[in-house]
Amino acid sequence: MTGHGFQFRSRVVTLLRDHVDTDQIIPARFLTTTTKQGLGEKLFNDWRYAKDGTPRPDFPLNQADPAVSRVLLAGEDFGCGSSREHAPWALVDWGLRAIVARSFADIFRNNALKNGLLPIELPEEPHRQLIAELERDPAAEVVVSLQAEELTLPGGDRVAFTVDPFARHLLLEGLDELDYLRTFADQTVAFEAQR
Amino acid sequence: MTGRTLYEKVYADHVVAQAAHGRDVLYIDLHLVHEVTSPQAFAVLAERGLEVRRPDRTVATMDHSIPTKRTDGKLQILDEAARSQLETLSRNCAAHGIPLHAMGEEAQGVVHVIGPELGLTQPGMTVVCGDSHTSTHGAFGALAFGIGTSQVGHVLATQTLLERRAKTFRVTFTGRAPDGVSAKDLVLAFIAKVGTGGGAGHVLEFGGEAVRALSMEGRMTLCNMSIEAGARAGMVAPDETTFAYLKGRAQAPKGADWDAAVARWSALPSDPDATFDREITLDASALTPRVTWGTNPGMGVGIDEPLPAPGDAKDATEKAAREQALAYMKMEAGKPLLGEAVDVVFIGSCTNARIEDLREAARIFRKHRVKDGTRVLVVPGSRQVKGAAEAEGLDRVFTEAGAEWRDPGCSMCIAMNGDKIEPGQLAVSTSNRNFEGRQGPGGRTILASPPTAAAAAVRGAVADPRELLR
Repeated sequence: MTGHGFQFRSRVVTLLRDHVDTDQIIPARFLTTTTKQGLGEKLFNDWRYAKDGTPRPDFPLNQADPAVSRVLLAGEDFGCGSSREHAPWALVDWGLRAIVARSFADIFRNNALKNGLLPIELPEEPHRQLIAELERDPAAEVVVSLQAEELTLPGGDRVAFTVDPFARHLLLEGLDELDYLRTFADQTVAFEAQR
Repeated sequence: MTGRTLYEKVYADHVVAQAAHGRDVLYIDLHLVHEVTSPQAFAVLAERGLEVRRPDRTVATMDHSIPTKRTDGKLQILDEAARSQLETLSRNCAAHGIPLHAMGEEAQGVVHVIGPELGLTQPGMTVVCGDSHTSTHGAFGALAFGIGTSQVGHVLATQTLLERRAKTFRVTFTGRAPDGVSAKDLVLAFIAKVGTGGGAGHVLEFGGEAVRALSMEGRMTLCNMSIEAGARAGMVAPDETTFAYLKGRAQAPKGADWDAAVARWSALPSDPDATFDREITLDASALTPRVTWGTNPGMGVGIDEPLPAPGDAKDATEKAAREQALAYMKMEAGKPLLGEAVDVVFIGSCTNARIEDLREAARIFRKHRVKDGTRVLVVPGSRQVKGAAEAEGLDRVFTEAGAEWRDPGCSMCIAMNGDKIEPGQLAVSTSNRNFEGRQGPGGRTILASPPTAAAAAVRGAVADPRELLR
């Protein structure tokens, strides 16, 4: 997941809702899988498809091309609800690399970062500005840089964001969290011994 | 040194080492595992040739996707993907020596029901599970929180997690809750007050007279829904109620170990001079039974209150959210939900499927029958709860009133096992989430307490349980 260097230009899929919960991102009935792959097809299933399985033309994801749209724009409290990591797996499998929102649910944010999906939290003003710029030109592009912790809006304004410094370090260096955690094996043995 | 909160004590007790960028290596005492969020974690271990470090601190159960309805006297798994997932869990547990409470076995049940009832969950512990409602176990003064599948793998392999200290948020319920107002109503009132993101970044500590008066079952309901306020975890300080619940449980300490444990647990409550990052006080005595009207658990009102109008929202986004929710729910602003016709009633889930919840519902079903045309499912949280309920004759109370009595599982809370509501149907549910389609695509959910759910079953419509309890 480190291949794209965490600096990229992208169009934006706009899903302007608050409290987009993980049951919408990936409904529970698709969680009987034992792999991480292939969930992109079911991403936002119940919003994205009509009852007969045909795509709803008015749903934003159905108007977007994953080859050029790797950023999703939402409102407040994105990813609330369950701890299912299937949510970021589905978003990534579809082709997304960053979610821009006013705020994120804690577990979702954690899970997203473990899968190279950037949760970009924006204050009210730049969030509103981004919406306005995309209303003027829905095909306009943003530039995401994790290195600089900066989102460049279509009009050229640069907006700073912060990502958890530990997660950022792992992503930029291409490090694996489990490998790092395993370096504490001796301390864990000592901790268990003194209890 | 200033006083420490319950959370700060438990957290500090489990720091193995300090890691980079403000992270701590946190030791995990108890890791609960179920079929849905574990297969990909075991796969990571297999890929890397790693063992489960502490199978003795790991316990697995089957709950999310198993059937709760018997066909020809047997529980039959009809969904092939679910069967394969359950077999994967059995295989992984056998390979790593992890105790598994499989479908139909004596100690099987919903993961957050069996942990406490087996005495696995104890004060001062760290408890994790690949499930957001792990917060339930905080009722014992444990630090318990949900994790994603990557972290399930981390705990399996190392028995530790990389964590950052959360902020603290004290939630005080003053006064006593009136009859007909339960722990579910307390927590729904709190979530409506702060919103579904209101607890983000915080660990809640519930306290005050109304919380002290709650049974462990009630405290579990309260902590269970901490996540619905976006909180990292919820906790209640251990006290005599906690100790009385734990004493004699299968995995609880015995003899001299018990006395030592109680002494240790008694030092856990927050110090009198401890400070919290945030505080809120609610008056439990002024609460009424609660119902949700929208598509997240924060969209709730007192049962006789009118639904809020979009025009009164604090800003444009909240206005839009209310409009979307009212449209999805086919509800009308400005009038109460009382009398709204209900198709299905679900009494169950890790929120409200313990013995006390079933007794509360049975209080109403003893005197009143289910309204014709209303479908009512009562799904006990575990095989032990089922046995206890049957020993008291509650199963007959439910079935004679016209409800279905099922085998334990998550059932219609998450609708993975075929127990679901149909498009457009309206359910009153004792579960924890009223998200769009949560109980079945196109289905509509009202969250409520067991008495309020039972009242809806009897009236075939949203009804005030206090009228039926008199």
